[in-house]
Amino acid sequence: MEDLAELARIELTGGEKKEILSDMESILGYVKQIEGVKIEDVKTKNELYNVWREDVAEPREFSSELITGQFPATQEGFLKVRKIL
Amino acid sequence: MIDLKNLTIEKAHNGFKNGDFSCRELLEEYLKVIKEKNEELNAYLEVYKDALEQANIAQEKFTDNTATILTGIPFAIKDNILFKEHIASAGSKILENYTAAYDSTVIKELKKCGAVLVGRTNMDEFAMGSSTQTSAFGVTKNPYDITRVPGGSSGGSAVAVAADMALVSLGTETCGSVREPAAFCGLVGLKPTYGAVSREGISAMGNSLDQVSPFSKTVRDVEIVFNMLSKHDPLDSTSVPEVLRNSKVKKQNPLGYSHTGEAKKIGVPWHLFKEGVEIEVQENFRQSLKKLKNSGYEIMDIELPYSKYSLATYYIIMPAEVSTNLSRFDGMRYGFSAEGDNLSEVYKKSRQLGFGKEARRRILLGTYVLSHGYYDAYYNKAIRVREKIKEEIMKTFEKVDYILTPTAPMIPFKLGEKLDDPVAMYLCDIFSAPANLSGVPSIALPSGISKDGLPFSIQFMASHFNEDALFHIGKDFELAMQ
Repeated sequence: MEDLAELARIELTGGEKKEILSDMESILGYVKQIEGVKIEDVKTKNELYNVWREDVAEPREFSSELITGQFPATQEGFLKVRKIL
Repeated sequence: MIDLKNLTIEKAHNGFKNGDFSCRELLEEYLKVIKEKNEELNAYLEVYKDALEQANIAQEKFTDNTATILTGIPFAIKDNILFKEHIASAGSKILENYTAAYDSTVIKELKKCGAVLVGRTNMDEFAMGSSTQTSAFGVTKNPYDITRVPGGSSGGSAVAVAADMALVSLGTETCGSVREPAAFCGLVGLKPTYGAVSREGISAMGNSLDQVSPFSKTVRDVEIVFNMLSKHDPLDSTSVPEVLRNSKVKKQNPLGYSHTGEAKKIGVPWHLFKEGVEIEVQENFRQSLKKLKNSGYEIMDIELPYSKYSLATYYIIMPAEVSTNLSRFDGMRYGFSAEGDNLSEVYKKSRQLGFGKEARRRILLGTYVLSHGYYDAYYNKAIRVREKIKEEIMKTFEKVDYILTPTAPMIPFKLGEKLDDPVAMYLCDIFSAPANLSGVPSIALPSGISKDGLPFSIQFMASHFNEDALFHIGKDFELAMQ
């Protein structure tokens, strides 16, 4: 549970760890039933087609003031975060 | 006084056209009910301040003859659908004050039609739940019995319509989040074909499953809303282009019906509900079958051996997508941020304090099924089972036109129930999962009232892009219920 919390970047208290662990055991107990499903090779019959558009600039309607206005911390219009390295 | 209980989109539209009431007058009727009932029911988290102004603009469209069928129609909107310059919090503390920077495609379409967006409705946090009890902003109550849940996750949108606080509403489905609350609140709910309605501007939960889905009191109203919103959107890469929609319908119509009225075969997978379905619900289901037989439909037994693993498959695929989608909420960009000594602490504390219990549970579960060593056993296996379920359902539609089950295995349960038992909560959606995993459309229809005055519901599935067939049988069933 500690490893998972670290990977998911979530802090958990001691009580929560126990509680979520027991919840996860019951959920995994339920989903484990798919282990027993026998499947030969699955050939997906999905027809693939290209969904990418041409690489040309297109205008988009969004408000950059609204986006930057919601940053918890800013400096000179930039998003300010804690030191990364 | 406008008779809100029996109002439909077409009646309202005629009322506007004939000058019986204005767009503003209709909205004011709903606002009156909201004032009276919302404190207790908690369907709306916010009534938009500009709703009256929207109604005035809609009225002008009637004056200058540019009105559409949805002009002036009051809509309630689930809190995870972005409406520019309005808050969209997805029922979560981590987005409590998040103001949308752009309109989702569905909102753009509704604005174009002149619909009136009344307010945003309560939901399970990030749409994770089946009872609207995991919202950071309190529970929503069922108008049939306020000691019971309205279903979820789109519980607020369901209650808004069921309690006459909006004429129609939009929710979203990942697995039953519209059909199950429709069942619990006595409404019609449609989960469209995956790729029919744009997901652009919807807070993602499980991208391979999510669909915007309407609620209303009648099949016809759901049909009108669906027809307005169902179109290809280049901004959503999983939105299906129009030519492919038509070819899919043709391919899955091997019997070559010239119109949906010829589709008469209903398949019932009895083996899926041998156990775990409340007796009253089973009884109602059998009565519904009788009604359908009397209306000229043929009932056949079908077997869906892979579909019985649907819910287990879903509870692997969905958390995997959730853990990926919710990684963007890191305390950096969306308002909410917790103090920490270093970057990692800001992440961890923001996510600890910003997410509720169910969201954290699913993120961790998703992290687990995607982690090295477990990926093959869980995620990889689940996507293969999903392909089998899809194949099986598509094959079944070569033999039958509809698949019919109860919508939910139970009638609305008490507030507080199932919160400590996640698997019991997940089982509410056991009949929902096959349609979401395979991408086919499904409609939930009211099928009567229990001895305690609570609604029953049945649901039909049809093949991809065959919503018209669902509307057809839905209307037949409405007639049979009268």
